[in-house]
Amino acid sequence: MEKVMLLRYGEIFLKGRNRPFFEKVLLNNIRKALISFEDIKVIRAQGRFFVENYSDELAVVQALTLVFGLVSISPAYKIEKDYEKIAAVSKQLMEDELMERQEETITFKVESRRADKQFPMDSMTINKDLGGILLEEFPRLKVDVHEPDIQLQVEIREYCYLYSRIIPCAGGMPVGTNGKAALLLSGGIDSPVAGWMIAKRGVALTAVHYHSFPYTSDRSKEKVIELGKILTRCCGPIRLHIVPFTRIQQELYEKCPDEQLTILMRRYMMRIAEEVALREGAAALVTGESIGQVASQTLESLAVTNDAVSMPVFRPLIGFDKVDIMNTAETIGTYETSILPYEDCCTVFTPRHPVTKPRLENILKSEQLINGEELIQEALDNIEVIQLP
Amino acid sequence: MNEIYLDYAATTPLVPEVLEAVIDCLKNDFGNPSSMHSLGIRAEKRIREAAIQAANLLGALPEEIFFTSGGTEANNLAVLGTAYDKKRRGMHCITSSIEHPSVIQAFSHLESQGYDVTYLPVDAKGAISLDDLKSALNDDTILVSIMHVNNEIGSIQAIQEIGTLIKSKKVKPVFHVDAIQSFGKLPIRPELWGIDLLSLSGHKIHAPKGIGALYIKKGVCLQPILFGGNQQGGLRSGTENITGIVGLGKAAQWIAERYKSEPDYLPKLKDKLVRGIQQAFPNAHINGSLKNSAPHILNVAFPGLRGEILLHGLEEEGVYISTGSACSSRNRKHSHVLSGLGLNDQLLEGSIRISLSYLTTEEEIDAFLPILIRTVERLERYIRR
Repeated sequence: MEKVMLLRYGEIFLKGRNRPFFEKVLLNNIRKALISFEDIKVIRAQGRFFVENYSDELAVVQALTLVFGLVSISPAYKIEKDYEKIAAVSKQLMEDELMERQEETITFKVESRRADKQFPMDSMTINKDLGGILLEEFPRLKVDVHEPDIQLQVEIREYCYLYSRIIPCAGGMPVGTNGKAALLLSGGIDSPVAGWMIAKRGVALTAVHYHSFPYTSDRSKEKVIELGKILTRCCGPIRLHIVPFTRIQQELYEKCPDEQLTILMRRYMMRIAEEVALREGAAALVTGESIGQVASQTLESLAVTNDAVSMPVFRPLIGFDKVDIMNTAETIGTYETSILPYEDCCTVFTPRHPVTKPRLENILKSEQLINGEELIQEALDNIEVIQLP
Repeated sequence: MNEIYLDYAATTPLVPEVLEAVIDCLKNDFGNPSSMHSLGIRAEKRIREAAIQAANLLGALPEEIFFTSGGTEANNLAVLGTAYDKKRRGMHCITSSIEHPSVIQAFSHLESQGYDVTYLPVDAKGAISLDDLKSALNDDTILVSIMHVNNEIGSIQAIQEIGTLIKSKKVKPVFHVDAIQSFGKLPIRPELWGIDLLSLSGHKIHAPKGIGALYIKKGVCLQPILFGGNQQGGLRSGTENITGIVGLGKAAQWIAERYKSEPDYLPKLKDKLVRGIQQAFPNAHINGSLKNSAPHILNVAFPGLRGEILLHGLEEEGVYISTGSACSSRNRKHSHVLSGLGLNDQLLEGSIRISLSYLTTEEEIDAFLPILIRTVERLERYIRR
């Protein structure tokens, strides 16, 4: 008796004539997520995908729950459309379920769907009849059609699929269906979460990281690479751009007012990220900023930072509290890496009293003091690109 | 770019002689020394040979050498093994505030089990005072553990005087010396200095990682901290790491020869280094003292600079040094050793450790000094305002 995985996708349905495109991208992403499983088959069916020919069910479930665009999956028995067999497998499935439960009485219901109208029994009849058979076989069972402990699902299609579990997946939309954005990836807790949220909406990512050797170490670079790798588990391949940023910081430090250093630095980061985005065919920038978290993230500072670029800047965490961001980081698996202490020896360029209400005209004046374009070009020319995973 | 490695107190590469011995052992002597057959006997002989090589350097007997998985285990065995064994005689131990974590943490484990531990402070030179030790000793004291050379600042403790003082007591505590940094670089005579236990590590003297040893003076009792097949007289169960042991023995022999043929080699190099730094940077601060310090470790602070940034700046030029000790640079706290000297925050943050070995050449120091000067000057332009 063959076990298969039944995959459901949600929002794609809404997309009308684009649906085949979305389905194709999703199918592709599923295949990529399962690439390490030999001989595994992913099959497209009406409004569903099936994964067949695997042995390690747990590993397949883990891989699939990361794929954006999938709503839920169910491990199911695939059997011939023969009612005797359906009844026999139903009994076995119910027995397995009951073994895992302690309670004296367990409620259940049978829910069947008959997509193949050739099948002689209609869904109401199947529900009733199978329910009866199970009640007779297992004295612990009781019917509850509203809130049953166990829902035995019977789907009659080209085969019959029997299952009792629905495992929720990541949801969202297939990565690659909504263009590409450039993520400013710092190594902290926030930016990986921001990238994850945008990727979840189907956006492919390219990442930009600013490296200030010797003020930040190669260990902190390794940490960012690791964070990028974790993101690729659900966000698809990422090209990570390591931008040498020391010269810009030193120039700003020597020539511009101390209290403006952070805001100036951020404006240059945005400009460089925009250039990288253009090169990479990305249409937007993504940052992990959230209002008021630090001096550079006051409304005024955000506005001045934003002014440096013309591309749209997405800040999915803008209204999140730090704890919420940390919780999401834990869920997506980036938290432990983000809190490794290999950064922040960069305090040299952090002003003791940063402006919290910068005025754009003052910042623009300060930018006249350095040769910004040349510095940006130099940084762009020396980018190190790392293909992840 | 020619790389210059000046972080030998963190770890050392194998010298060719040791590498050869290790490879030969890996290839030809895989026997288990506990086996009854000839392969076992051959392995046992190689271990004996290594024990002789290590013992020679200490003027000790080969049967006084017990091999461990490294310095940490040797220190743990010395501290815990003694404390457990002498529990009924007393529960007071004495150590210094600048010991290696493998000693300090072993003692804090003992504290959690009801032992009483005195941590002797050090002066600005990084030395404990004999008077402090004298007043800390009481009839309940079962163990005194003092390191010979400190791994971060290189300060030398007066081990011989300390040993004499301890052994003048009526009830004699066990004296343990962590000699991991000094072994092969300074003379040590356990027998003459009143030392009962002495820890060694292989990878600080050009042997592989994963091997160390504890000298246990004949007649001194310890309780084991590992249990199993009762190898090494039941004191250290576990099949002997014969490859590591052979490497350690060979390295001990090699370093002894180097020391004997040119005892001034390291002091001269260090002197050159210090003079070069002091000439270029009159305000550079030598942590600890120059007089009373190991010939291969120099800890120096450049006020205003952060050690970590200087480290990476030098790395850019192909030079490898360290801030504090490599073992502790993972946790962000200030080094307990440097804080123990009473340094202010600026010096604490600005400190780097430069450490030498017999592989270091005069030419390397000549090449290093201008790089250091260039890097410090480059980074000094950007000091936090």
